[in-house]
Amino acid sequence: MRLTPEQVQKVAELARLQLSLDERERYAEQLSAVLGYFNMLNSLDTVNVSPTSHALMLKNVLREDQVRPSLSQQQVMSLAPELSGELVAIPRTFEG
Amino acid sequence: MKIYELNASEIHKGLRHKDFSAREVAQAHLYRIEQTDKDLKAFVTVTTEQALRAADAVDAKMSRGEELHPLSGIPVAVKDNMCTTGVKTTCSSKMLESFVPPYTATVVNKLEQAGAVVLGKTNLDEFAMGSSTENSAFFTTRNPYDLERVPGGSSGGSAVAVAAGQAVIALGSDTGGSIRQPAAFCGIVGVKPTYSLVSRYGLVAFASSLDQVGPFARTVSDAAWALEALAGHDPLDSTSVPNAPVDWSQPLDKGIRGLKVGVPREYFADGMEPAVVKSVREAIKVFECLGAEISEISLPHTSYALPTYYIIAPAEASSNLARFDGVRYGFRAEGATNQEELISLSRSQGFGPEVKRRIMLGTYALSNGYYDAYYGKAQKVRSLIKQDFDNAFSQVDIILSPTSPTTAFKVGARVNDPLSMYMADLCTFAVNLAGIPALSLNCGFVEGLPVGLQLMGKAFSEMMLLQAAFAYEQTVKLPQLPVFKGGLPNV
Repeated sequence: MRLTPEQVQKVAELARLQLSLDERERYAEQLSAVLGYFNMLNSLDTVNVSPTSHALMLKNVLREDQVRPSLSQQQVMSLAPELSGELVAIPRTFEG
Repeated sequence: MKIYELNASEIHKGLRHKDFSAREVAQAHLYRIEQTDKDLKAFVTVTTEQALRAADAVDAKMSRGEELHPLSGIPVAVKDNMCTTGVKTTCSSKMLESFVPPYTATVVNKLEQAGAVVLGKTNLDEFAMGSSTENSAFFTTRNPYDLERVPGGSSGGSAVAVAAGQAVIALGSDTGGSIRQPAAFCGIVGVKPTYSLVSRYGLVAFASSLDQVGPFARTVSDAAWALEALAGHDPLDSTSVPNAPVDWSQPLDKGIRGLKVGVPREYFADGMEPAVVKSVREAIKVFECLGAEISEISLPHTSYALPTYYIIAPAEASSNLARFDGVRYGFRAEGATNQEELISLSRSQGFGPEVKRRIMLGTYALSNGYYDAYYGKAQKVRSLIKQDFDNAFSQVDIILSPTSPTTAFKVGARVNDPLSMYMADLCTFAVNLAGIPALSLNCGFVEGLPVGLQLMGKAFSEMMLLQAAFAYEQTVKLPQLPVFKGGLPNV
């Protein structure tokens, strides 16, 4: 399986990454090598194997809903790169 | 004997006998960092003031005649992907270069509550993705046995801090070998606990079904004390297990007479450095001399662990790292004209090349049309790998193997070839996929470089692994601190 720089660009868009032309070509080459290596998995018959998503089969963990202290708005908002009053500021989303 | 050469149980004894104060212990280690870290570059942040305050609190407690926890006054280092309130937590990434968390990881809280003295935060491969610390956005940590070589990774800074006497114990995280492989390269003990034994709350997530926090130490006994302090259910981590069946009251020196030891032939096959294999074979003979029953076993799906890991881990990473968008916290790029550009510019400038590579690998493996072929397939093969271990542990108690196919490699030797870098963790991936515990300890030297012996056990068999490692360690008595080359002072 060889990835083209165009396919790499498509994946980068899905992942919200901007790549230079140079990066697209380098990643196409490197990711193709890695994906090629992955092909060895196809030699295994897994038709009757069920998937493992977690090593220990933990059941859904629920707890009582309790009111308790959490981080203050000020503590959390102070982490934002840019604020406008009490709100997180970002560039304009809509024209107008 | 210098203070920085002492292990935790020696410091504990010294504190109780008033041979020195906790402040003197902290100062000795801070001075050691000052003297050696220009060359080793293990620390991203050193928290001198907080450390001295914590040490003073231990001294005050002692002067009031209170009992000391075995970790009280013990200098520890924390991998910089675990949150610390008021102290930068960078993940060695430009993305979090100035991130100061408003909360503390449970593992750090537990150490602090035991009275441990946190000296600072250590360097790692960016977001724990790598095997050498060369993917750190800041600098590469150096191996204390040879400054031209890597310390292993991703928890390279923590491994070096302990190996070089900058700290007595350190925390690392292990997703595919990131505690065990640097422990092997630096000649110390590193434990990857059973998945769910130790809380992940406050550990910056990489691959949530594989990540586990564990300790580094220079002795098995220190590692055991640290692991006991770290383990336990945490209501803040829904994957942490309540009432884990580990009996911490068992003695470490129980001995290994009659212990059934499996040696998997797949871990001694092609691609392993012959001198490493020889060293590990000699270690296995020691186990035999101590009364263990050795038998060859097979883990037939071993060679599939690498591709399986490099589908599952990046897939989970691509999802976990989606939160870094330049909006609410972390790095924000300048000059974006709209929201979408803000996100993609911030991510492109904030993440380094390996992190981007893995995000793309994971995004691809999860994308429409490829999901079944890659992610779905990998999850099924993960079941087969887990089954291998289930079958093996129906015959043997523990499994021995090399921790890494080679000793520490030269800085720069593998940076341009991702696949060869991924091979450095060939012997450690399967353990994370199966969720079982494993530890690495030094079993000798090849051309002056440490070789790691890996002990694997079934889920929650940590005590058995520690007892086996202890028996070996007490028999061979290898040196615990390197003799520095390259002009490092043994101050």
